[in-house]
Amino acid sequence: MLREGELRIPSGCSISGIINKDRKRISGENIIKSIALMHDRSNGLGGGFAAYGIYPQYKDFYALHIFYEGLSIKMKVEEFLDKHFEIESAGNIPTRVVASIINKPMIWRYFVRPRIYLENAKERQMDEDEFTSQCVIKINKDFNGAYVFSSGKNMGSFKGVGYPEDIGDFFMLDTYKAYTWTAHGRFPTNTPGWWGGAHPFTMLDWSVVHNGEISSYDTNRRFVEMFGYNCSLQTDTEVITYLFDLLVRKQKLPLEKAITIMCAPFWDDIEREYDDIKMELKSLRAVYSSALINGPFSILVGFEKGLLALNDRIKLRSLVAAQKGETVYVASEESAIRLICPDLDKVWSPKGGEPVIALYNNEEEK
Amino acid sequence: MLNMVPSAFKIIRDENKCIQCKVCVKQCANLVHYYDEEKDIVRADDTKCVCCHRCVVLCPTKALTIINYPLDYRQNANWTKNYMDDIYRQAQSGGVLLASMGNPKPFPVYWDKMLLNASQVTNPSIDPLREPMETKVLIGRKPEKLEYDKKGKLATKMPPQVELKIPIMFSAMSYGSISRNAHESLARAAEELGICYNTGEGGLNKDFYKYGKNTIVQVASGRFGVYKDYLNAGAAVEIKIGQGAKPGIGGHLPGEKVDEDVSGTRMIPLGSDAISPAPHHDIYSIEDLRQLIFSLKEATAYKKPIFVKIAAVHNSAAIASGIARAGADAIVIDGFRGGTGAAPARIRDNVGIPIELALASIDQRLREEGIRNEVSLIAAGSIRNSADVIKAVALGADAVYIASAALIAMGCHMCHSCSVGKCNWGIATQVPELVRRLNPDIMYKRLVNLVSAWNHEIQEILGGMGINAIDSLRGNKLMLRGIDLNEKELEVLGIKHAGE
Amino acid sequence: MKRIYAFEDKCLGCGLCEVYCRTAHSKSKDIIKAHKEENIVSGISIEEIMSPKSAFYFALQCRHCKDPKCVKACISGAMYKDENDIVRNNKDKCVACLSCVLVCPFGAIKKNTDGKAVSKCDLCVEVGSPVCVENCPNEAIKLLDEDSEILK
Repeated sequence: MLREGELRIPSGCSISGIINKDRKRISGENIIKSIALMHDRSNGLGGGFAAYGIYPQYKDFYALHIFYEGLSIKMKVEEFLDKHFEIESAGNIPTRVVASIINKPMIWRYFVRPRIYLENAKERQMDEDEFTSQCVIKINKDFNGAYVFSSGKNMGSFKGVGYPEDIGDFFMLDTYKAYTWTAHGRFPTNTPGWWGGAHPFTMLDWSVVHNGEISSYDTNRRFVEMFGYNCSLQTDTEVITYLFDLLVRKQKLPLEKAITIMCAPFWDDIEREYDDIKMELKSLRAVYSSALINGPFSILVGFEKGLLALNDRIKLRSLVAAQKGETVYVASEESAIRLICPDLDKVWSPKGGEPVIALYNNEEEK
Repeated sequence: MLNMVPSAFKIIRDENKCIQCKVCVKQCANLVHYYDEEKDIVRADDTKCVCCHRCVVLCPTKALTIINYPLDYRQNANWTKNYMDDIYRQAQSGGVLLASMGNPKPFPVYWDKMLLNASQVTNPSIDPLREPMETKVLIGRKPEKLEYDKKGKLATKMPPQVELKIPIMFSAMSYGSISRNAHESLARAAEELGICYNTGEGGLNKDFYKYGKNTIVQVASGRFGVYKDYLNAGAAVEIKIGQGAKPGIGGHLPGEKVDEDVSGTRMIPLGSDAISPAPHHDIYSIEDLRQLIFSLKEATAYKKPIFVKIAAVHNSAAIASGIARAGADAIVIDGFRGGTGAAPARIRDNVGIPIELALASIDQRLREEGIRNEVSLIAAGSIRNSADVIKAVALGADAVYIASAALIAMGCHMCHSCSVGKCNWGIATQVPELVRRLNPDIMYKRLVNLVSAWNHEIQEILGGMGINAIDSLRGNKLMLRGIDLNEKELEVLGIKHAGE
Repeated sequence: MKRIYAFEDKCLGCGLCEVYCRTAHSKSKDIIKAHKEENIVSGISIEEIMSPKSAFYFALQCRHCKDPKCVKACISGAMYKDENDIVRNNKDKCVACLSCVLVCPFGAIKKNTDGKAVSKCDLCVEVGSPVCVENCPNEAIKLLDEDSEILK
């Protein structure tokens, strides 16, 4: 049977996210409780988490989390890593024995700094982010049996095949403290679930958990692939992540413009705008028509500056947001928020295409 | 000399139904039907019939039918009737065989070998009657990215775009090759539909300048009617390098079709042959094309997108890449089934490649070079229905051109006799009595109906796929599956086989 | 009042108006029977004008004049203007003296083939609406008010 990456697997899902805008770190217990409540929205074939602020002692290093299917590929990848990065620290990601988690790959973590002086990177005007992302793309594309599933700084993704609460237990997330957590329970319509195929999907600091099935997938994929990305997993989440990375990091568009591109306003609404706004919206739609995301989705995007929650433009998937003091919650179902914070200041259901953006109040100390 | 070519058609008149009203007699410009006063019956001369169905459609008692002439040749899989008849014709005339409309040979039609996808369970289909369903497209060059200044204002200046409410345009058909009334119908329909029609290479009649917003003016090798006002009259300018029906060949409008109005519009002497050379004599290379593109941009103050139209030939992917890099805002690719008013039959039937394959390979090539997003791609050459439009967009087209379909909507019955100039439907003719048969008040409505109907179907199909903007279908090859295609065909089309 | 106007820039000269007129005014109302078994004269006829450049056609039929000469000239009282100002001929009264044919300035009245009466356009009052207008393939005949925009 073909596995994810060799074919495209649609899936439904549950998502949940918590962010503390003051960067107060909390343990993973709450997010596990929240996603576990929506147990029925997943089917045991994928669960995962992204956590921001978990590696303060290594915050200047890229944290690479890698799945290996065997020792020989691990050696090959490590040879590649050695050549391109200075490895500050390397080791197993600690796990617990959980009865339901089986067939696990080798799961390694490296804190690295790119050897950017290599390969004429400077001459090619490559910065560290670009250099690292290209290395990650290369490993995922060319090293069969190895998969980098997290590559940001002071953040990490933890995922696998299983129910999300079991995956959380497996990765001992109760022992990590983060100021932003996102979680995902997966319901792929097609077995086998593959560890790499679980959410979140990440690229550098971007992490995306996603519920939905985008019908614009191939249009979006072929668009980002023009800019050097390779969609090795064939998942919606992967392509959405690359879109954010392309638009915001590479092309330096403001985040809200990227959202306008992906959940573009309808032409009829654009026609009603004042001339200069109309012109701008038309330009965004014209230039980035292939980056419009179509079909049902609700996504949570973790990034350097905060957390974004977004629905497709006609709201074909559930998404609820809530606020308590400086903490913002988003989830597929309100109950998943109420369970961990019964006493909320505000609860609302964002409209289709209307983003919920929670940004940190302060820059992280460098 | 003895004519050895048998009749192509046989007319059968049901005498029980014929009321001798003589409508057929009055309507046949080929003088097939005639009234025998002595016997008080209407008769027909089969040899002149081109099977345009004018008589059949207008006969009030439906007394007429036309069949292929039932004459068998000795069976021979190699020397078929068609090839033998062609030899009789050429042995008699000594000339190049002329033909009209598109390639009729039984080459594979890839549109019919592709199937579309629809949403089930995991992804809801969208009802276009209840939800917005967007089919608007913008044709023109797009910058690689948009940039904002420090104040958060858009800093990138957008190149000019042509806005189409529906991704369908009426393809180039010159005034001269088709009648003034046909042109007027196309122009008025384009205006009402919010799309564009194309003047073709015959210039633009002064009376039609008012439809400029919905007009694409063409510059072809003959440069007929091209001057500053003409270039600035339309929404875009199209440089025609080639035509799918006759790649590598020029055009020839016989002098008898060049009446006063046509001569004025084309800016050539009354009654003179209008000859379009095979190449543009100022374009012998890609850098020459770039010069013409920029001359036209200069002449239009960089306010009009410049399209470049080529016929689909073997290396069109590389050529298209060159055209994109030469500065064109849109590339029009015309497949080998595209129509024509007149072309050498051997060329029409044997030169060029199918639009489906050319389109897929051009789109893929431009993507590999990372420049697909910068130019628009327009597919032409026998788009027959809304499903063809959908499939073209999924293969990578921004919009399509239709011409034969538009003519059929106006009455064309594909008799392949345009070059004769006696079109009974008032389309491919300049004979006043015949032109009058095409009433623009009626025909523009039929064109509007056709394209609106297609648009409804496009919206239904998009909704079924769970897509609510045609942008998300462009190049979305996962929505296509091949059927009855070999590995190589699937590879060129870039699609999977049904069931995969 | 409304009457039929013909547009020679649209007329094909196909003669379908005549066919449908005859059928509508037949006893059988069947297009084939009307032509094969009944001898009906159409109230509308296609006229051809030769101009130097091309032939023109137009459909000729009764103008339903305000002050109709045919009604004045009728010796039997068959020709009359009805309550809707439509000029009509009562065939039971008509003696086919052809005075109306002689005085009509447009030549819009014709003798029947049986010679017993005359025929002319009655705007298909009995059918409902003029069949020539409905069946014209090129919309070259229209039922219009005198002050219709199209005529200006």
